[in-house]
Amino acid sequence: MLALAASAFAQTPPPKLELKYTQFTLPNGLTVILHEDHSVPIATVNMWYHVGSAREKQGRTGFAHLFEHLMFMGSGHVKPGEFDAWLEAAGGDNNGSTETDRTNYWINVPSNAVDLALFLESDRMGYLLDSMTPKTVDAQRDVVKNERRQSYENRPYGMAEVMMSEMLYPQGHPYHWPVIGYMEDLTAASYEDVVEFFKKYYSPANASLVVAGDIDSAKTRAAVEKWFGDVKPGPAAEPMTIPGAQLTGVQSKTITDRVQLPRLYLAWLTPRHLEPGDGALDVVADVLAGGKNSRLYKRLVYDMQIAQDVSAFQSSGAISSAFQIVATPRPGHAVGELQKVIDEEIQKLQREEPTDHELQRSINQIESSFFNRMERVGGFGGKADQLNAYFTETGDPDWFNEDLSRYRALSASDVRAAALRFLPLGKRVELAVEPDKK
Amino acid sequence: MSTGRIVLALWLAIGTTPLAQQAPDRSHPPQPGPPPALNLPAIQKLQLANGLPVWIVEQHKVPVVQVNLLVLSGTAEDPAGKFGAANLTAAMLTEGAGSRSSLEIADAVDYLGADLGAGSGIDSSGVRLHVPVARLADALPIMADVAERPTFPKDELERLRQERLTSILQARDDPPTIASITFSRVLFGPTHRYGTPMFGTAEAVKAMTTDDLRAFYTSAYRPDNATLLVVGDVARATVVPLLEKSFGSWRTQAATKSSQTLPNVDQPAMRQIYLVDKPEAPQSQIRIGWIGVPRSTPDYFPIQVMNTILGGSFSSRLNTNLREEHGYTYGAGSSFDMRASAGLFVASAGVQTDKTADALKEFFKELGNIRQAVPAEELARAKNYVALRYPSAFETTGDVSRRLEDAIVYHLPDDYFSKYVQNIQAVTAADVQRAAQKYVQPDRFAVVVVGDRSKIEAPIRALNLGAIEIMTVDDMFGPPPKL
Repeated sequence: MLALAASAFAQTPPPKLELKYTQFTLPNGLTVILHEDHSVPIATVNMWYHVGSAREKQGRTGFAHLFEHLMFMGSGHVKPGEFDAWLEAAGGDNNGSTETDRTNYWINVPSNAVDLALFLESDRMGYLLDSMTPKTVDAQRDVVKNERRQSYENRPYGMAEVMMSEMLYPQGHPYHWPVIGYMEDLTAASYEDVVEFFKKYYSPANASLVVAGDIDSAKTRAAVEKWFGDVKPGPAAEPMTIPGAQLTGVQSKTITDRVQLPRLYLAWLTPRHLEPGDGALDVVADVLAGGKNSRLYKRLVYDMQIAQDVSAFQSSGAISSAFQIVATPRPGHAVGELQKVIDEEIQKLQREEPTDHELQRSINQIESSFFNRMERVGGFGGKADQLNAYFTETGDPDWFNEDLSRYRALSASDVRAAALRFLPLGKRVELAVEPDKK
Repeated sequence: MSTGRIVLALWLAIGTTPLAQQAPDRSHPPQPGPPPALNLPAIQKLQLANGLPVWIVEQHKVPVVQVNLLVLSGTAEDPAGKFGAANLTAAMLTEGAGSRSSLEIADAVDYLGADLGAGSGIDSSGVRLHVPVARLADALPIMADVAERPTFPKDELERLRQERLTSILQARDDPPTIASITFSRVLFGPTHRYGTPMFGTAEAVKAMTTDDLRAFYTSAYRPDNATLLVVGDVARATVVPLLEKSFGSWRTQAATKSSQTLPNVDQPAMRQIYLVDKPEAPQSQIRIGWIGVPRSTPDYFPIQVMNTILGGSFSSRLNTNLREEHGYTYGAGSSFDMRASAGLFVASAGVQTDKTADALKEFFKELGNIRQAVPAEELARAKNYVALRYPSAFETTGDVSRRLEDAIVYHLPDDYFSKYVQNIQAVTAADVQRAAQKYVQPDRFAVVVVGDRSKIEAPIRALNLGAIEIMTVDDMFGPPPKL
């Protein structure tokens, strides 16, 4: 059966991925990318600012994300509440998100309301401070603190993520603190910080705009030039000096949480996004924990049944990446038992190449994911968001084939080499969460 | 310093852009033109040789296809004492089928770069495949085995049983889960199927046998209780022979198919508060409401608009009040869960512990106010929000397949999708008020709060909302099971 499936593949290679787009730059420095897709009468306006929590200063962690919230609170020609109210009245949706390296915003609208979306997006780029007040900052400060409570403090195992970045990166490294920030720093954030951050990082030269969907490129270009034409230029952000980070031994810690079962987290510092080794580690993650036949899932969850779950992933960033393995023991079992099996399997993959079948299975799944990502135009992870991501990281919005080629080019020996070089058992973070016995 | 040079260089390169651009008029937001027409996808309906109905929607944007075998029996059909049977039956379908083992199914599917899963909802179950269209012919026989020839291996059931019991144990950790389970339980009680989560109870999961699952399978998964949906980059002429080969000889094994009518449940007569203690929780999870409406309600469209105003959009009253004005929460909202029988109406939020009582007060303020006449501008905004974004519900193969599933499970008329927008736009202020007064009666609502009792009980009592029943997580889940 499998042999048949494999031969069928060879006869029917999937079609080439290609996204047609036009790109231009406004005099104020804003890069604009347009992509037409007329399958459904909707369009999206997707803006990336090339700043994230990694740019925050000491004592102001969480600020990039708090700032993101303030971007929805109105601007020079949009009173508080009108941003959402006007979009809803036009059938639109919107959202934003903050990561370590970037902040993104999208507005999805029926294709008759692109002008409204461009007006709103340009107004907050050009005139955010005209309506900003200390009271606005206070209001969203409370909301963000509740986001931290809901998504981290009151979520089972939620604080492990915060602890993990602190253990992986040294004090002062831009990835040391969590994107959500520390409560005391959120308390300290001021109106003056907002002004400074906006002037430093929210200029057109530090952003890129994608408009995609049921649009006419020529008309949309004119509309973008109209609405963003009066946004004043500003500085592009200074390039970051990337501090080195390396683990010299095992960093080990145990924390407690209000949970029934313990959980084990193992993590390594690995090559940043698109660097050699980054793609191979995605395949290492698949071989170890992607699907029922992956090595760790099959042993821990399926055969031995000493784990409830196991996952592995390469979490890629612009400055550094982390490879993580996370596993939860079944009742009556301990994290140490899981760690022993996990280490055996890592060492095996460091000694022997994965089978061709394992490699091909992973690459086939990755290939499918590229097609699945073409189905939606807007929102997080839609085509517009991906065009903006590739532009930000490579300078080429249509980098889909190049990205997929990274995986197609991998050999079994590349995968073994990545496991050997980047997952040393003696240089990693070992974090255990144990149930609070109170 | 390099910054200025880059901007200047681009300036010169563009050349054609006028140097002094006229500033746009920002005094009014640009008004959108007439809404674009949505060309609804044509549904091609046919039957396979065995009578199995097939609905095909051709969508040629991306070379992928979604194939769902939809079965019109869900967790609502779980027999008494066997809550969780539908759910576990679906989970077991991929654990052995035809001549394939659990691991062989997973390996074959993963190798094809496909997603294949089986799952149950309240009113339906399904085997669902998403695959690059070039690999459809290889994936369909695996899907057919899973749907038509599951083997229910005993050792795989034991494995899934322990996995589920562990999940039920872990549900005790998560305040939103505890709140939702408690809310359903206090309104529907322990014997009504809607009073217990879809995964069932620990006792029932412990006792479930392969015979129980086979019995559920035989009565539910059968061509006269199913529809095959195909959405994606396929042509009818070439796909139908593939479907015929995999599904056309599937036969019904049992004489009668299952069908249960759920009992009616009385609404609460008066307001009651249920406080579930979660020591040290930094937030309280709040659920407020009662039993709402079935999917067949004649008030479907007025309810959509009314709930959008109350708590169904970012600018809704609940979110504006509790998040934007007071900062008590990351988000507040409300929803009607419409099923074959009446499901829940619930307003919900996670709020910071020291503002729990203040938040309850604001909830009840908004739940009372929605019963008053709604201003014209707010009504228009809500109607447009629901109606104008409707095209986005038909974007992906998964989106379209979900719309088709709804149409089949809830017997929606053929012109349902094409009349949706006009049905929303026809809702009047009087309709909204009538729906609010009928379905939002705060004096009779159940209120569930999962939070730190030592900090929130006294302030909640001071509100005098109604009788308070103090509960523990064990009251809801029983003592932690020994696994």
